Amino acid sequence: MKKNRGMSVGMTYAALIIGSVIMIFPFVWMLLTAFKTNAEVMQIPPTILPANWNLDSFVKATDLLPFGNLYINTILLIVGRVICAVVFCSMAGYAFAKLNFKGKNFLFTLVIVQQMIPGQIFIIPQYQMIAKLGASNTLFALIFPGIVSAFGTFFLRQAYLGIPDEVGEAAYLDGCNRWQTFIKVMAPLTKASVAALSVFTAVFAYTDLMWPMIVNTDINATTLSAGLSSLNGQFSTNYPVLMAGSLLAMLPMVALYLLFQKQFIEGVAMTGGK
Amino acid sequence: MKKKAKIDQNHFWGYLMVAPTIIGLLALNVYPFLQTIYLSFTNAKVFGKYKFVGLSNYMKMITSEEFLRATWNTILFCILTVPLGVLLALVVAVLLNAKIKGKTAFRAIFFLPMVVAPAAVAMVWKWMFNAEYGIINTVFHTHVDWITDPNVVIITVAIVAIWSAIGYDAVLLLSGIQNVSKSYYEAAGLDGCSKIQQFWYITLPMVSPTLFVVLIMRLMASLKVYDLLYMMVGEGNPALGKAQSLIYLFYRESFVSGNRGYASAIVIWTVLLIGVVTLLQFLGQKKWVNYEV
Repeated sequence: MKKNRGMSVGMTYAALIIGSVIMIFPFVWMLLTAFKTNAEVMQIPPTILPANWNLDSFVKATDLLPFGNLYINTILLIVGRVICAVVFCSMAGYAFAKLNFKGKNFLFTLVIVQQMIPGQIFIIPQYQMIAKLGASNTLFALIFPGIVSAFGTFFLRQAYLGIPDEVGEAAYLDGCNRWQTFIKVMAPLTKASVAALSVFTAVFAYTDLMWPMIVNTDINATTLSAGLSSLNGQFSTNYPVLMAGSLLAMLPMVALYLLFQKQFIEGVAMTGGK
Repeated sequence: MKKKAKIDQNHFWGYLMVAPTIIGLLALNVYPFLQTIYLSFTNAKVFGKYKFVGLSNYMKMITSEEFLRATWNTILFCILTVPLGVLLALVVAVLLNAKIKGKTAFRAIFFLPMVVAPAAVAMVWKWMFNAEYGIINTVFHTHVDWITDPNVVIITVAIVAIWSAIGYDAVLLLSGIQNVSKSYYEAAGLDGCSKIQQFWYITLPMVSPTLFVVLIMRLMASLKVYDLLYMMVGEGNPALGKAQSLIYLFYRESFVSGNRGYASAIVIWTVLLIGVVTLLQFLGQKKWVNYEV
């Protein structure tokens, strides 16, 4: 029996280690390739470690793409979308969960229906609206489709439903109006859900490709993801440069992930299903 | 009197607090939704006036070989990625649930692709799958044109898609598994059930609601696949026709060729397809999802 358990633990470790190698290897290969020269990666048989760890590809990638702008645009996009999601979804989530007003069920049905429809169906008209406003290649254009979120509203409504009515009533009897009750008493109780929604919103904004690519075609006004796709288009045969560019684009989010790993994974697990 | 004031306050704050979201949804979702439906009945291009053309976009669509193939590619992509991907995720989740050291580290590693932009993921895999210098052909001594062979390319992208999603799905399934009460396993252990029997008769039925959610979500995401294909199988690749998904075709029609009316018809079809598949899943769930606790 004991021996049996030892063997099954051993096999579990073996399987997890093999799996981890498969998960990590592409990133290691990206790193190693980025430090090689283009001539070296075309050698047969290939080298594993770079002959010289040279930074030429990084220099070239930063020449080809305005990484400073791309970082700033991506960060502002994430900050903008997270603020919008947290503020507007909290307000609506609280109202839908705790206040009674005429037409509430109808309006909430609207939210649910929107949440179920895939976003691609909105893209052409959203793009036309941005074009009509003359807002292409602006930060506003990047944030635009994420100003409100049906999913976020639904998700935070669940969080407010989880708070007993008595909590709000007590604050109300103490003389708070609805807004004060919301800000001072209720909102702080949804911290975990708000954090989860923020992580979800940030990761989505960072990984999204189609919207920034169509709406901000100016390379200086777009995001890291869309910038990478243009590098892929122009420089499709120089793999060290592509790998260096990919590495630069993924590092900030990976660094954040390593620092706040628990919040990331739990946040995504909480919002899971979307 | 007090009561009435309270109700009025409810109304006032209620409307005020939902206003940004509702106005936003009307402008950003409801109006575009109706507009897309309308456009699908017109010959809209990028610029200029357009007129109502009835069902001709839809007729063009169902007689277009490119469209039919894109529909098939999308379905094939789902068949390739969803069952295998979810199964592997379940295996990873079960492994991560074992009593072992370093669980958090393993979980973090499997989850990593989730926080990397698909653009970067696609590029490194495209490089590894490179026919001449790629590490995969070198290591396995194969000569497969992973990216440019029309019969292979969708499998290549499916492998990358499974690799990308496995950790995310595993995290969701793991939280489902961890919710199963330990007492079931203790009882089963006393009755002499093996680990495999325990998995089959306890874990699987208990985790089936989570499994259902993961399956639906993965299916919806696979039906909308676009970014990996766009990055790995670009314009000019001879295998594009055999790999192009519906959303990729939609993107090319609307934002490369500028056929907004036709593209609208394609995206409406795609959304209907997603709706029907999801509905079938919900109807089928009664047969295997166990909601009794």
